[in-house]
Amino acid sequence: MFEPLVEALITGSVRMLTGVRARWQGSGPADTQRIYYSNHTSHVDFVLLWSALPPRLRARTRPVAAGDYWTQTTIRRYVIHRVFRGVLVDRGLMDRTPNPISPMLEALDRGESLILFPEGTRGAGPGLLPFKAGVFHVAQERPSVELVPVWMDNSYRVMPKGAILPLPLLCSVTFGRPTRLAIDEDQTAFLARLRQSLLELGAE
Amino acid sequence: MNIWPQGYYVLAGVGAALALASLIGFILHLRAANAAVENLNARIKAWWLMVALLGGTFLLGRNAVIALFALVSFAALREFITLTPTRRADRTALITSFFVALPGQYYLIWVGWYGFFAILIPVYAFLALPILAALRADAKDFVARTSETQWGLMISVYCVSHVPALLTLRIPGYEDREALLIVFLLVVVQSSDVLQFVFGKLLGRHKVAPALSPSKTWEGFLGGVACATAVGSSLWRLTPFSPVQAAAMALMITCIGFLGGLVMSAIKRDRGVKDWGHLIEGHGGVLDRLDSVCFSAPIFFHLTRYFFVP
Repeated sequence: MFEPLVEALITGSVRMLTGVRARWQGSGPADTQRIYYSNHTSHVDFVLLWSALPPRLRARTRPVAAGDYWTQTTIRRYVIHRVFRGVLVDRGLMDRTPNPISPMLEALDRGESLILFPEGTRGAGPGLLPFKAGVFHVAQERPSVELVPVWMDNSYRVMPKGAILPLPLLCSVTFGRPTRLAIDEDQTAFLARLRQSLLELGAE
Repeated sequence: MNIWPQGYYVLAGVGAALALASLIGFILHLRAANAAVENLNARIKAWWLMVALLGGTFLLGRNAVIALFALVSFAALREFITLTPTRRADRTALITSFFVALPGQYYLIWVGWYGFFAILIPVYAFLALPILAALRADAKDFVARTSETQWGLMISVYCVSHVPALLTLRIPGYEDREALLIVFLLVVVQSSDVLQFVFGKLLGRHKVAPALSPSKTWEGFLGGVACATAVGSSLWRLTPFSPVQAAAMALMITCIGFLGGLVMSAIKRDRGVKDWGHLIEGHGGVLDRLDSVCFSAPIFFHLTRYFFVP
């Protein structure tokens, strides 16, 4: 029952700290089912992306989060399950078990959009780590879903890996042009293309 | 705070000026809807919102005015630090600036402790910030980094806080009306900015400093300063000043404000940006709107204090 309040508190503080501004370049805030994939440098990232979406889209968009991290404490479990309704995946299993992406597919089949960080972990600065294969497998299984690149600017300065307190700085969230998996596109080419379009969005 | 009915007269005057501006903006929009006209209209609309916000805050009283300027300082410092290259080792000093120095400064203004709020940032923060940075043991660009943090704090917090600090002045025969000094300062500075913009657009030929600011012209400066000084002296009844004193104060405020705008433009050019931020539609960031206030407020505060507080 307190979830809306906690959500308002968390998104409100992040907005206050970052004055987050959404810039839609090449795509609009449409109702289409999407996977928003983004660079990941900070704990505030998915809240930033979440706050940048209009409320009607937020209700249908769920962050994909690392199960091993988010199930460690009671507070984390409460926040990820009850407040942000996260889709938890286990990073350890990602490359081994037959279908570690099934929680994501289930969410997509319910018509929900996803927020995904294909680097799989938080990077140290403005660059991009190599992408993990998960996003390719999801695109292969559900080829009709749009993939929208989202570049988050400055959030690594707000709260870099290892920082305890956030620093107030202006952040912007830029949404790029949607894309899909092309017919006969292999994993390496697809991941490289996604990564490149995200980097280009960040360079603008 | 006992600033009515004068406050209403000023609001009515500002409202009339904005209504005229909106009308002109609407006619221009009908005749030629281009980017410059749309920006003008966005600016006018933002002015309505800012005036409504300020008016509402003054209605709520002294605490609300101090809280508003604390938030303005927060937004300004956030803009300044965003455009400053910082390193990991600066985080402690920066977080201290935001969450200790800023609330501390406004708390001291709220309790009216002049002897402390006048030195909190120039003395204590000045010494504490480099200590906090040095403890993180990163020597790279140390003086540059420390100076930028301090400069941001001085401009965005210390200087801006001298607007609500006017509430702490105790002028004989002017008790409980100090908030009108804020009204006087803001009306004079902002009308000077607007009139410089208008004269510059209509008559501007000779640029003051083309390398720093493409929009500042001598014609705009002279027209804006002359008219804003006239506006200031016509508002003398709001103040403890005589008409001549009010004109002299207004002249000082507008000149310092103009030069302050030039300084802030130089920083923006150096950083390669046009505006400090995007918070105010059509204007840019908080610092774009307040650059002249940052420079004129402390001087106005101290001149008033020196000459009018016994």
